[in-house]
Amino acid sequence: MSQGLSIRQVSKIYPHPSGEVRAVDNVSLDIKSNEFFTLLGPSGCGKTTLLRMIAGLDIPTSGSIILDGKDIAPLPAYERPVNTVFQSYALFPHMTVAENIAFGMKMRGRPREEIEKSITTSLALVRLDDKAERKPSQLSGGQQQRVALARALVNQPKILLLDESLSALDYKLRKEMQIELKRLQRDTGITFIFVTHDQDEALSMSDRIAVMEKGKISQLDGPQEIYHQPSNRFVASFIGICNFVKATSLGLSESGDIGFRPEDAVFAQGVPKGKIYAGGTLNHITYRGSVTHYLVQLDGGEVVTVAEDDPINLKAGDRVTLALPPERLIRCAA
Amino acid sequence: MSSPAGKRAWLLSPFMFLMGVFFMLPLVLIVGYSFMTPQETGGVMMPLTFEAYTKIFYETDFDGKKVFDPSFLLVCWRSVKLAALCTFLCLLAGFPMAYYMATRPPAQRNFWMMLVTIPFWTNLLIRTYAWILILRDGGLINNGLRGLGVLAEDQSISLLYTDFSVGLGLLYSYLPFMVLPIYSNLERMDWKLVEASADLYANRWQTLRRVTIPLCMPGIIAGSILVFIPCIGSYLAPQMLGGATYMMLGTKIESLFGAAKDWPFGSAASVALMATVMIGLMIMSRRGGLKELV
Repeated sequence: MSQGLSIRQVSKIYPHPSGEVRAVDNVSLDIKSNEFFTLLGPSGCGKTTLLRMIAGLDIPTSGSIILDGKDIAPLPAYERPVNTVFQSYALFPHMTVAENIAFGMKMRGRPREEIEKSITTSLALVRLDDKAERKPSQLSGGQQQRVALARALVNQPKILLLDESLSALDYKLRKEMQIELKRLQRDTGITFIFVTHDQDEALSMSDRIAVMEKGKISQLDGPQEIYHQPSNRFVASFIGICNFVKATSLGLSESGDIGFRPEDAVFAQGVPKGKIYAGGTLNHITYRGSVTHYLVQLDGGEVVTVAEDDPINLKAGDRVTLALPPERLIRCAA
Repeated sequence: MSSPAGKRAWLLSPFMFLMGVFFMLPLVLIVGYSFMTPQETGGVMMPLTFEAYTKIFYETDFDGKKVFDPSFLLVCWRSVKLAALCTFLCLLAGFPMAYYMATRPPAQRNFWMMLVTIPFWTNLLIRTYAWILILRDGGLINNGLRGLGVLAEDQSISLLYTDFSVGLGLLYSYLPFMVLPIYSNLERMDWKLVEASADLYANRWQTLRRVTIPLCMPGIIAGSILVFIPCIGSYLAPQMLGGATYMMLGTKIESLFGAAKDWPFGSAASVALMATVMIGLMIMSRRGGLKELV
């Protein structure tokens, strides 16, 4: 109970002409020490507001934020052992890279030798040893990102908060930074709380993910559970593609809808044993490099997406049979 | 007019004309007059002479001997001192005003901007005259204090025609010129940097000193220049709120052209004013400049 971060019934309510906006609505969650925790959700779901309340940049309307047994909710940002990597990095443009990194330690009155040593270590940690005297404007986006990381990590915070920190980078750099972030988290042993709307990023980096919708947590689980056992339709559709069809369309005798992932369905010859199957007509083929997406109109009328790794010799208008392993079917609340 | 060079010259000519008439000509005339001989009735005549410049430092006594006279230099010094003090006070008052305005919601900012600019809708002469009505012995302040019983009926505090009234008049006249550049700088500032500073353990004062003020330096310097330069040569405030004997560079120059009818000396004094401004700016840019303040 005493270690880690515990968020207890935290709400953030903004006044609004038409009533009020509950940006974060009575959220409770526990984040363990040394965890890579992700807050995932569409824009406006409250994930950034929750992060800002942990940082101390927003004050909760109600509730408590307990870090290692101490309620930090009433503390101003500059008294919290927590540091943030901002979406736009927010590097101080009038300071060099070294001065940026030294800022936090200087404000806490650390001795000069310690600061100098920490600057060297943290520049090495983010592999920018030769950029100490540059101004942020002389660095590339990826380098700025790493300075922002170093500036936060050098203070050895109990928690590092990352606010959509990778979204400004291009695809290749983003993939590199995902691995880099994981490495940094492992090496430093600091709890990372990562905010993103990118489900790929969330799945590939996190120990646990909280999917948020409209100020509430929809599901809190490991990446595999979130993907394969989504607790409701919002989570299932937000994370990757999920086909939802009537159970009867798959020849099942239950009521309600059944979901399945495009890659779990295969095209079958004849009637496969031990699988659930459905007939349909191929509507459209989209080649996407590593996979090919096939749009199939089931005989029940619904259109579903099927993903295959290797191109299959089919063309639009062909009759197909889909086979689905029963254990991969998704049954969840609407 | 068909060749590109000719077309270019033709298109540039309005610019050149305006530059010549509005910027160069008056300056050249002033410098030229300062090397000429005064006419009894005002105006200038030949021959060319350095006489006007020697009058800055020396006075000719009854025997025709030149003796060192510091009175003009003292006027210079007083002007620089008062302008520097006024710039400093404008900064002290203007920065918090600009900060407050820039941190309001956008809709409210326009309202505050309007309040700051409304005085420009009317003439400075009239607004300075209003200060006479406020400050004089029978004015708003003294009458108010009498009404409150702080002063007896026959008592009054002399506020008008003092250093205080001149300083107040200058502060009043030039405060908007400090507020506006700082405000526009703060309004464009990335406030995420202030949040980053707080996130990195800097309290409000540390954030102000280490982040906000350094980032606001261009606005502060622009505001200081916009206040300092007109202040040093200001005419209205010392003339109206300082009284007949109160001399600053602006009023001194006016009296040389007017009452004394010594145009060359007046022109030389104007050149001296320009030199003083330049020296003042150089000192300010070195002092207020940049790294040391951060």
